[in-house]
Amino acid sequence: MESLTALKNSVIGGDEDSAADLTQRAIDANLAPKTILDDGLIAAMTIVGEQFKNHEVFLPEVLLAARAMNAAMEKLKPLLLSQNVPTLGRVVIGSVQGDLHDIGKNLVGIMLKGAGFEIIDLGHDVTPANFVDTAESESAGVIGMSALLTTTMPAMKQVVDLVHDRDLDSRIKTIVGGAPVTAEFASEINADAYGFDAASAVDRVKELLDITQ
Amino acid sequence: MKPSVSFLSKELLERIVSEARDVLADVGVEVHNNDVIALLSDHGARVDTAKNRVFLPGDLIDRALSTAPRSFKLYDALGQETHDFASDQTYFTPGSAAIYVLDSDTGKMRASTTDDYVKYARIISQLPYIASQSTSMVPSDVPERISDSYRLYLSLISGCKPVVTGAFTIEAFEVMKDLQLIVRGSGDALRARPLTVFSCCPTAPLKWSDVTSQNVVDCARYSIPVEYISMPLSGFVAPVTIVGSLVQHTAETLSGVVISQLTNPGAPALYGGSPAIFDVRYETTPMGAVETMMIDCAYSEIGHYLGLPTQAYISLSDAKQLDAQAGLESSLGATLATLAGINEVSGPGMLDFESCFSLEKLVVDNEICGMMQRLGQGIVPRDDFPAVPHFQELLAEQHLLISEHTRRHLRTEHYFPGPVIDRANRSRWHEEGATTLRERASREVQRLLSEYEPYDLADEMRGELGQRMTSEAQRWDMDRLPHEEL
Repeated sequence: MESLTALKNSVIGGDEDSAADLTQRAIDANLAPKTILDDGLIAAMTIVGEQFKNHEVFLPEVLLAARAMNAAMEKLKPLLLSQNVPTLGRVVIGSVQGDLHDIGKNLVGIMLKGAGFEIIDLGHDVTPANFVDTAESESAGVIGMSALLTTTMPAMKQVVDLVHDRDLDSRIKTIVGGAPVTAEFASEINADAYGFDAASAVDRVKELLDITQ
Repeated sequence: MKPSVSFLSKELLERIVSEARDVLADVGVEVHNNDVIALLSDHGARVDTAKNRVFLPGDLIDRALSTAPRSFKLYDALGQETHDFASDQTYFTPGSAAIYVLDSDTGKMRASTTDDYVKYARIISQLPYIASQSTSMVPSDVPERISDSYRLYLSLISGCKPVVTGAFTIEAFEVMKDLQLIVRGSGDALRARPLTVFSCCPTAPLKWSDVTSQNVVDCARYSIPVEYISMPLSGFVAPVTIVGSLVQHTAETLSGVVISQLTNPGAPALYGGSPAIFDVRYETTPMGAVETMMIDCAYSEIGHYLGLPTQAYISLSDAKQLDAQAGLESSLGATLATLAGINEVSGPGMLDFESCFSLEKLVVDNEICGMMQRLGQGIVPRDDFPAVPHFQELLAEQHLLISEHTRRHLRTEHYFPGPVIDRANRSRWHEEGATTLRERASREVQRLLSEYEPYDLADEMRGELGQRMTSEAQRWDMDRLPHEEL
């Protein structure tokens, strides 16, 4: 457990080399991969998320922690796969059709990955069908859509409608975000959630997937 | 390069100084203190005894300017250096001597008390961008004769930062000097490490009262720094023009320099002031007027030209509430003062023409001062060249949020204000309570009060300060100081 504390601290401190190193040592010490993931990596990211919300750390520190977490995951992933340990969940993200802006969407991707989710990033100018097809074929629980333009926001509704038309509402949740997008708009188009920034997107996705951590 | 602003051409500046010297030689200054008149007379000034007028010849002014220090330092109560008044470095200190406080609970102005002062002193000691305390309020719950020394006492026992203050009477200087001697241990130690700056105010036009001229002399004797606070009111007791007001300010301030330097050559001082235009609609002296600020910046230019560090009452507001006017006048003044390189800026916390202090405004202004610190640092390259690798990295990584360059320079390049100034996106602002600036300021005041910790002042010293203050209070029929009840 002591080694997990050190691992946790290395992730919080954004030290990717030592995060990878300590993960390897925890594996060598025969700690269960799921314990390393839950009590080391995800616990660390939860703390960093709290610190970010309280203005104790800023975005760069969160991203550095996420990078350290990813370095640790490189070591851990083969073991998790071989033992069939499920990830927190799979999320398909992208900027909607007609929208070429992807800075915000990328940030959300980094944060979700840092929080322990598996990300399938479809990039920008993603058609509604591509969103839904991918979520279906990859068994993703959430579709995350981003838009920077008011003119492309209607494409979000098309995705939500398509999920509904294919009767996938119970399996695939939708979340929207981006500068012009509001909570009101999200509820108008029947999206399941709205993230006002990358950190809140992580919280909302956790809620959608019923993750309490 | 430090960013700067300048209002006077060299020709105009030199003409203003030369006209002011003519005024001192031909019109003179009125001095209501026989010892000071004798001092000036002994050094060659002509005196019209019947009118208490002293005419200062040019050579006397030159001599005074030649011994006046071009820079000096301040030290906190524990002896650490806090200020180096040199070149164009700007420091902030709260406005001073308000008789009212804007009550945090009722939002109304009322007479300030010991309780307000102690809260203020506890807050100011924790504000990172305001380098010194000032005796910001005059407590109304002690006899007037000790209301000046008692402020200094409360400041010294509550916070470590040096104190900008002033005496209301000649006798009070004795107590205020004694309090400083207790903190420093000896006159020599106080001389070596000044702890306070005393405001000494000539009266417009061209007049020194008994008390204020004696304060200049007494401070000089102990090498206690002073700031000359000349207050021409343009269009009322000074010419309506900025240039005319500057001539008067220069003459009044130079007369202070002469009194101080003849008493003790080398005595430290700030070339200061609190001028204002006179608003003939309301008979008021707006500190938030842009013309007032132009006079401040311009006389600071004159002070620097004469080789002296400068001070001004700028970055305060005439508003009666912590409202948009309070913010715009304070930040406009702070910006101009920083760009003008005024060395000591007196203003934060102050409302209503220097008469009402607000703790909430003080914490708002602290963040303005934080921005000013950044502004004053200007634009300098920080590992920016060659630029190509940064852009290669940006294209490869898609962002620079965690690049080595960002991590190294983020907190020097960007100042992050808060919690008072709001930069959250709208949704996060809603999530955090959709607060107004006033609510955030009020919350911050409460936080600072709850987190206050006394500084490391030796118990023995604290006791001595208490004894000295109590014995002075007893002279004025007050046996127990109100702060002991808190």
